[in-house]
Amino acid sequence: MAGYEGKSFKWVGTRPVRPDGVDKVTGRATYGADMNLPGQLTGRILRSPHAHAKILSIDTSKAEKLKGVKAVVTSKDFPQMHRGVLPGDEGVNFHYLSSNIMARDKVLYDGHAVAAVAATSAAIAEEALALIDVKYEVLPHVIDVDDAMKPGAPLLHDDVFTTGVNPKPDKPSNIVQRVHMALGDAEAAFKDADIVIERSFKSKAVHQGYIEPHAVVAEWSEDGQCRIWCSSQGHFMVRALTSRLLNMEAAQIRVMPAEIGGGFGGKTIVFIEPTAVLLARKASLPVRIVMSRDEVFRATGPAPGSSMDVKIGAKKDGTLVAAVGEFRFQAGAFPGSPVGPACMAAFGPYALANVTSAGYEAVTNRPLCYSYRAPGAPLSSFAVESVIDEIAQKLNIDPMEMRIKNGSKEGTQMVYGPKLKAVGNLECLKAIQNHPINKIPLGPNQGRGLAAGFWFNLGGQSSAVVNIAEDGTANIMTGSPDIGGSRASMALMAAEVLGIDYSKVRPIVGDTSSVGFCEITHGSRVTFATGMAIIQAAEDVVLQCRQRVAAMWEVDVDAVKWEDGHACPAGANAGDQKPLSLAKIAAKASRTGGPLVGSAAINAGGAGPAFGVHICDVEVDPETGGVTVLRYVAAQDAGKAIHPSYVEGQIQGGVAQGIGWALNEEYIYGADGRLQNSGFLDYRIPVASDLPMIDALILEVPNPGHPFGVRGVGEVPIVPPLAAIANAIARATGARMMDLPMSPPKILAAIDAKK
Amino acid sequence: MSKFHISTTVNGEAVEYLCDPKQTLLDVLRDELNLTGSKEGCSSGDCGACSVTLDGRLVCSCLVLGVEMQGRSVETIENMTSDEKLHPLQQKFLEAAALQCGFCTPGFLVAAKALLEKNPNPTESEARYWLAENLCRCTGYDKIIRAVLETAADMRGSK
Repeated sequence: MAGYEGKSFKWVGTRPVRPDGVDKVTGRATYGADMNLPGQLTGRILRSPHAHAKILSIDTSKAEKLKGVKAVVTSKDFPQMHRGVLPGDEGVNFHYLSSNIMARDKVLYDGHAVAAVAATSAAIAEEALALIDVKYEVLPHVIDVDDAMKPGAPLLHDDVFTTGVNPKPDKPSNIVQRVHMALGDAEAAFKDADIVIERSFKSKAVHQGYIEPHAVVAEWSEDGQCRIWCSSQGHFMVRALTSRLLNMEAAQIRVMPAEIGGGFGGKTIVFIEPTAVLLARKASLPVRIVMSRDEVFRATGPAPGSSMDVKIGAKKDGTLVAAVGEFRFQAGAFPGSPVGPACMAAFGPYALANVTSAGYEAVTNRPLCYSYRAPGAPLSSFAVESVIDEIAQKLNIDPMEMRIKNGSKEGTQMVYGPKLKAVGNLECLKAIQNHPINKIPLGPNQGRGLAAGFWFNLGGQSSAVVNIAEDGTANIMTGSPDIGGSRASMALMAAEVLGIDYSKVRPIVGDTSSVGFCEITHGSRVTFATGMAIIQAAEDVVLQCRQRVAAMWEVDVDAVKWEDGHACPAGANAGDQKPLSLAKIAAKASRTGGPLVGSAAINAGGAGPAFGVHICDVEVDPETGGVTVLRYVAAQDAGKAIHPSYVEGQIQGGVAQGIGWALNEEYIYGADGRLQNSGFLDYRIPVASDLPMIDALILEVPNPGHPFGVRGVGEVPIVPPLAAIANAIARATGARMMDLPMSPPKILAAIDAKK
Repeated sequence: MSKFHISTTVNGEAVEYLCDPKQTLLDVLRDELNLTGSKEGCSSGDCGACSVTLDGRLVCSCLVLGVEMQGRSVETIENMTSDEKLHPLQQKFLEAAALQCGFCTPGFLVAAKALLEKNPNPTESEARYWLAENLCRCTGYDKIIRAVLETAADMRGSK
């Protein structure tokens, strides 16, 4: 790989208009629900009204007879999957996945799918659902994670045996796993502490809240070929899971990536795609399924609620000596909570010699808990950063000085294994320390809160193609769904390597039959890993150009260098040749070896961890307990910001979601185990009038694992806000909130309790 | 269930369609007229992704029935450009990176245009409260609000 250290960039770091922008401001962009094929049917899914029940029978005969109904499916139409996890399945339990998409013997949550229909209109499809007769035997249910872990709790599965404990249990329980990681001996080290604070925290489940509901159109043809259009964070994931669940060969399924209207981790698994394929096969017509908002809340993959204990000890001067965290997460109806990542990330901002991070996950009668932006980390970080702040308060130490004193940096041993390479934690802390917000005087009932956050980021498999057209313009293609502007960053990186104008590079996201495999858009990996593939594919083109020009000039390839989009003589040995532009080389392609196509298929290691430090000012209304966020500043290390506007956008968006998580958002269940707020009116995400401007500071400590120094930026911004808001409230009111969300009634009660 | 025949005006053009009484204006726009720029995020009037103007007034098209459209006039995101040019709000949204996934963007643009027609000089607070009817989960609203206020200033300056 060419060295870019110390290189000044021409395109990387600029802020051009995104390539897909005009389609998005004119309404032309095609999202999942916008496909409309000839003869397309409307699919609808019947869902359980019970939190936990045995399915005694399903009678679909009346629905099948309704005029306009073209197909009905139940779990009987889904192939039986092997119980347990097979080698090579990368941890996916296909029996569980299949049973989540269509309930088999039991329904495990309010909203669990039990049958689906396809009909010639939405009205007929809905009428057909009402004609399906499902007989249930209602079972006791469990919603809370601590309750689910108790002996005697209603049991969801007979094949869940807790892993990670010794001895291995011989009875099934709701506890899926225990994770444990440690450095040193924290319990012994607490004796060296001058102050030890131990606190317990609770939080409710929250939803990613993407505005676009899940949507799919599936088409089946009689030769067994299948085409799927859907919005997802990974159309290769949709292909892989659908083919496995339906016993089809992957190459028979072609998945087209629609534009995706937000995902934040929630669109990294299939919920409706296999059902749409089965309906389309039965009906021999294309079928579109679009979830309603109610279905999105009840039956997708929200982030778990939690119950957590954190104990931290420090010296009088603020030096941290020991820390222990136990994080218990709901898993939803099937295993899959992010308690592992939560344990890994909890203490990330601190260099600790003695630390234990342990976690449990327990299944509950809720929808599958799945990924939400830095999965798990906002929760464990909320608990840790709250305790750190309380220690600083009790020791009367500046919370910033305490974080700088103990901050993790290059060389710090992380509890989950690696030692940190170059990272920007201290840089972010100092940027916030020097920010003018610190000089703004606070009024009555106002408080300033600080929190740091860590996320390890992912790399992984990506493919990219760079096709040079006959006039020297470039079409570039990857298989990574563009969820927040990544086509712009791909084009910027290609323009940088090729040395041509950004406007001459047109990026697209290719379908599963057009481009090589790409892992899902998650883990803040796309600009880092898929970007690395684009860089290598563009370098491949550059090398081919140099080789062709070298042949024309009858010199060695080393005698030809690439500069500013031109092949130039590298030295006197190349002779007195005029530079040849990419356009000129492309025009001669047919006579120099054929089309200019560069490609790369990589498994990118070297993802650089991300750090963010946030500070905010809040005002708490002592009459209502309502919180107004007055000011918010977030500093983050981006390694190298390819398109700074979209890096700022990631930071601002993550902060807004974190503020919602901190103050408003929660899944509310009734005693009957049914979700009571499955709409945007009652599940209130922040609106424009709830928020101030969010000042995003980008720092650039290059990631040594990427040619341009890029590190992922998408996830860490949601990690600090929960604690930053809680710490600000604690300083405004004297009341420390340990139960999320920090809604007005809870804050009012806490203020009253202090009177 | 028999369908109703409706004669109405969509983006300045006379349009006729058949719709059943349960179909919303949003359903009609998207499924009968193939105008898919208006998006369905909630179908309960909470997210604003389906914002259109009906006889000049900003509404959620998911809260209007298709059969109510007889003799009325609706304008959608598809009518925002003119003479091969983007509306200044559309241009500013692009330059200011005021969108990420873009799903809420048509609704925001329609709503922001309605705001500036009513109030060419909104304060930040007025813009935030007007646009509080539109949900965005990607941007934190910062760049959207800035884009609207800057467009308002540009449009006042050019008059």
